Amino acid sequence: MQDWLKVAMPKGRIYKQAASLMREAGYSILEDEDESRKLLIELPEARMQFIMAKPVDVPTYVEYGVADIGIVGKDVLMEENRDVYELLDLGIARCRMSVIALPDWEPGTYPRVATKYPNVASQYFRERGQQVEVIKLNGSIELAPMIGLADRIVDMVETGTTLRENGLIEQEVIFNITSRLIANRVSYRLKNDAIQKLCDRLQSQIQLTRS
Amino acid sequence: MTKPKMFEKPSGVRDYLPDAVTKLKYIERQSLNCMSQWGYEQIVTPSMEFYDTVGMASATLDHKLFKLLNQRGTAMVLRSDMTAPIARVASSLMQEAELPIRLSYHANVFRSMEEDSGREAEFYQTGAELIGDASPEADAEVIALSISCLQAAGVKQFKVAIGHHGFLHGLLEQYLPDQDEVQHQLKQYLVQRDVVGYRELVQELAIDEVKKGQLNQILRLRGGIPVIAEARHMAQEESVRASLQHLELLWEVLDAYGVAEMCMLDLSMVGDFSYYTGTIFEGYAADQGSPVMSGGRYDNLLTQFGRPAPATGFALKTTRLMDALRLNEAHQASLPVLIQYDEWRRAEAFQEAARLRAQGERVITRRVNEEEQLEEVERRQDQQLFWRGNRYQEILTFVRFLKEHV
Repeated sequence: MQDWLKVAMPKGRIYKQAASLMREAGYSILEDEDESRKLLIELPEARMQFIMAKPVDVPTYVEYGVADIGIVGKDVLMEENRDVYELLDLGIARCRMSVIALPDWEPGTYPRVATKYPNVASQYFRERGQQVEVIKLNGSIELAPMIGLADRIVDMVETGTTLRENGLIEQEVIFNITSRLIANRVSYRLKNDAIQKLCDRLQSQIQLTRS
Repeated sequence: MTKPKMFEKPSGVRDYLPDAVTKLKYIERQSLNCMSQWGYEQIVTPSMEFYDTVGMASATLDHKLFKLLNQRGTAMVLRSDMTAPIARVASSLMQEAELPIRLSYHANVFRSMEEDSGREAEFYQTGAELIGDASPEADAEVIALSISCLQAAGVKQFKVAIGHHGFLHGLLEQYLPDQDEVQHQLKQYLVQRDVVGYRELVQELAIDEVKKGQLNQILRLRGGIPVIAEARHMAQEESVRASLQHLELLWEVLDAYGVAEMCMLDLSMVGDFSYYTGTIFEGYAADQGSPVMSGGRYDNLLTQFGRPAPATGFALKTTRLMDALRLNEAHQASLPVLIQYDEWRRAEAFQEAARLRAQGERVITRRVNEEEQLEEVERRQDQQLFWRGNRYQEILTFVRFLKEHV
């Protein structure tokens, strides 16, 4: 199994779209596989093994080479800053990273920003010369401005429904997010042929969907 | 920061216990021996250098240099690699030595790492430098030597990717003349391994589709010798042609060494080190997530130390190779001998120990005072001899109260 391609797949939000893109490209991975509790799924005919991972861990697996390639959102890549090849924009799971605030927001003396992405947030405000205190939260980020923990938040916005429902305003888009195909720097060379083939098949499938 | 606990040590440094040292020494011995067989002589330089000399010349990013001040307040660095110190020695102490100079080293090098990043702040490198020869022959020699060293160090499956600094730089200049900013950004994307970013920027450029296609094609210039022919279609600029010519000749020499099948060309490769000027290469081992060897040509570095000369070399990431090596491959073949003695036959026991040591055996001695102590030695079912958890090839006993051997 040493020459098999080990693929780290993100469980959760992105999984279905990623799996269906893989299926369309000819790799028969099941679309509801992440609902089972299996952590490793083998696809002997394609000589591939899928590793079902928590999305934030995908770049870590790939950097350390326990997975040769992986599928992960640009948001995670920006936050984790791992040394991996970013090979392909898969164009799925589109959303954006934004600065969000209450409608009556005004700059305070000690601005506080709550986020699940502390590195992204710090860098964004640092590059704008703004000194803010970044507070790392693990969920329900929208709550922070509503209960006064922070005056702004940095979070992922997909449709904006949650924001509207909670009376929040999207102030500025930091960057757009799609899922990416990433590769380990050693695998990129040692398993060059298999990775290039997968890359090409995915790419032509993406172009087909776009046109 | 709170006061560290007594067993704590700074993050990024590690202790090497005997098993790890066995591996480390094995790799060191094997690869230095290999280099010596190719005529490379080992040198040792100080761990500490001036920031303004070796520190400035080194390719390590400034914030990754391990800096300190001496008692006069002069900025110092702990060496971040051996290439810059060797360039200093070749230009000063060895100034009279005729070129080419072949040197090897095994040394600990230092990087200043962010707290808790888990990256190593001190690690070992074993490498070689060939100074004073600009030919493809010289590049091929160090690549072939690096392959020999990897094999000698016990790495079974590996691949060396070879690129050329001049190819990418020249080609970008050819396609995007006078657009330094864009060229820099494209290279930056490749350094960061962000292929998506590179392609997006190419797409936005105000050049015709054919050129865009060719800029994207660079990313695919990976594989065997046919890559060169493919690349020639794009090359108009003289420097680009020259770099392809250099690689083609290099490949010929590698073929003559019989190592071409362990190599691949990758023209999209950009060296991580800023001082590289020509050929660049990296070695990858199966099951290792990051490169185990890297090297390249640095024809401008010695100029900084006042002795302009071309040079090329490589470094094995010795610490990473340790992970790839199994302990039993590195272990000395024979088990030690245990000699037990009492007060009366001590001299006799030591004579025997000296005799065995002279034969190359490892001998451990143990004084016993009463007969019960001899019973600690156990002979297990498969005839293996053990004393306090350690195995011995033989146990000899020199005591007056009991004359037999166990």
